[in-house]
Amino acid sequence: MATAAKKQRRFNFRGSLCMPFAVFMLLFVIFPLCLIVYFAFTDSSGHLYLDNWGKIFTDSTKWLVIGRTFLIAFLTTVFCILIAYPIAFILSNGDRRIRKNKILVYIFILPMWVNFVLRTMALRDMVNWFTSTLFNFQLTSTHPLVGVVVGMVYDYLPFAILPLYNQMIKMDKSQIEAAADLGANPVQVFIKTIIPMTIPGIISACTMTFMPTMSSYVIAYYMGNGKMSIIGTEIEAYAGSGTQGYNPASILSLVMLFIIGLSIFAEKLFDKKGETREGGIW
Amino acid sequence: MVENRVLSLEETNRALKRKAISNKTKHIFSLVFVYFFMLLIYSPLIYITIFAFTSAKTTGQWTGFDMKAFVNLFSGRNKDGVEIWNATLNTMIVALTSATLSVLLGTLGAIGIYYSRNKLWKKSLQFINQIPIVNAEIVTALSLCVLFISVARLETSFFTLIIGHMILSLPYVVLSVLPKLEQMDPSLYEAAMDLGATQRRALLTVVIPDILPGILSGFMLAVTLSLDDYVITAFTAPKDALWEVEVGGNFLNEFKTLSTYVEGTMKLGMPIELRSFTAILFGVILLVMIGMYIKNGVDIRKQKRIRKFRIRRN
Repeated sequence: MATAAKKQRRFNFRGSLCMPFAVFMLLFVIFPLCLIVYFAFTDSSGHLYLDNWGKIFTDSTKWLVIGRTFLIAFLTTVFCILIAYPIAFILSNGDRRIRKNKILVYIFILPMWVNFVLRTMALRDMVNWFTSTLFNFQLTSTHPLVGVVVGMVYDYLPFAILPLYNQMIKMDKSQIEAAADLGANPVQVFIKTIIPMTIPGIISACTMTFMPTMSSYVIAYYMGNGKMSIIGTEIEAYAGSGTQGYNPASILSLVMLFIIGLSIFAEKLFDKKGETREGGIW
Repeated sequence: MVENRVLSLEETNRALKRKAISNKTKHIFSLVFVYFFMLLIYSPLIYITIFAFTSAKTTGQWTGFDMKAFVNLFSGRNKDGVEIWNATLNTMIVALTSATLSVLLGTLGAIGIYYSRNKLWKKSLQFINQIPIVNAEIVTALSLCVLFISVARLETSFFTLIIGHMILSLPYVVLSVLPKLEQMDPSLYEAAMDLGATQRRALLTVVIPDILPGILSGFMLAVTLSLDDYVITAFTAPKDALWEVEVGGNFLNEFKTLSTYVEGTMKLGMPIELRSFTAILFGVILLVMIGMYIKNGVDIRKQKRIRKFRIRRN
């Protein structure tokens, strides 16, 4: 009996099951990211080479692209949060008669069965038809920036709803009621209790929309009529030019990784109880 | 300030009524809000579906009711039609293969993470699992390209495509299985062991059935993410078709999934066959919605019947 117990302590059968997973992630997630760092500081023959950094960061068009990327990502995130917040609130704390899980699947899963390129294309056609019949101009060619933001908000809205929803179902409802009982008006209740309780969700929703917005060059290209290049567009252009383009592409990726790291740090700072989970849709 | 006086019956009734009405307006307002945005999300698909029934070159022009787009799609002689079905088949193969592998690896991974005794190991695995979720897709795609092409000196192939899609969906599988493990009663496994089951048998007959809902939702998520993906596919997909298809003397020998095929047609505008295909996809989505709606109704009625039965018994 004692030896059996000892044996069990020595070899954790269930714990060992994660080995294939760990090896896979190490090989295809961690190692490639290390390669990105390595490639950012070398040239195509593998020697230390820093001129690419100078070339990229002294180029004024690159700064324009980076600035535009931030502007688009910022606007998209703001609009996504503004729309997603009430939706998530209604789904998580609204009337019981609203079938939340069903609506979440409707909003989140089912549209994705139509590939996102096809959805973007349909959106472009519809938006252009809409503005040309009503206002006599094509949105994507006359106001490419607006077009890109519309496309991004359309595509990433579900990604803002889900983390907010996951945070809001954990919300302590008695606090809201207590604030109201103690004489706070609805605005005060919202600002003093609901917002502070959902900050981790807001930050996580920001990350979930800000990051993909920066990289999604397909939407930027087609909703901006080819005029709105963003960081993702530049990375794609470098990578598409062949293996020698991987080095400058890695530099830009490293910049993106840095921003991602910052946002994860911000999320960790606010979320003390552990990460907001993604599961539980079905 | 709150007034301290006794309300008459009439006043109480009036106040209750007012509250009921305000609740009702709140309910209706929130329903309208949610369904309005849902309609917005589906509006491009509805738009394309409407213009699938006319054969004008560009959407937005109605040149009379026409089934040409559907006929072309199913005729088997139209190049775009055949390409669409070919791409659909490729997409399905990639989605099902990568989702199956992800579920296998992810379920084992989640079980391993949950039961590992080393806190640091557990935490770091969970952190690594989070990386592909927060990482920009294009960075993931580029890093894979660097690994496969520059370092391993491989050509992009079906294998690299599957790896790419697995990275996309694996974290979500782990995240949908982990909560189910947390909900599980730990004594069940111990009981199975005490009753003489081997570790493997206890796992297969006790743990797996218990976390099956999580595994299934992980599978659905994996398939969905794979169907939706473009960036990873564009970077890691093979150049040559898995098999050649002939249409009117031409051979389609490029490997295309739906996303890369649609991307290829985007500059020239959507071919009408793609419109009818979108209409069919939208039809499938509508059917699933109706199915869920009916299932929901049946579930609610079942619950009501159970409740009634309980009340009667009491």
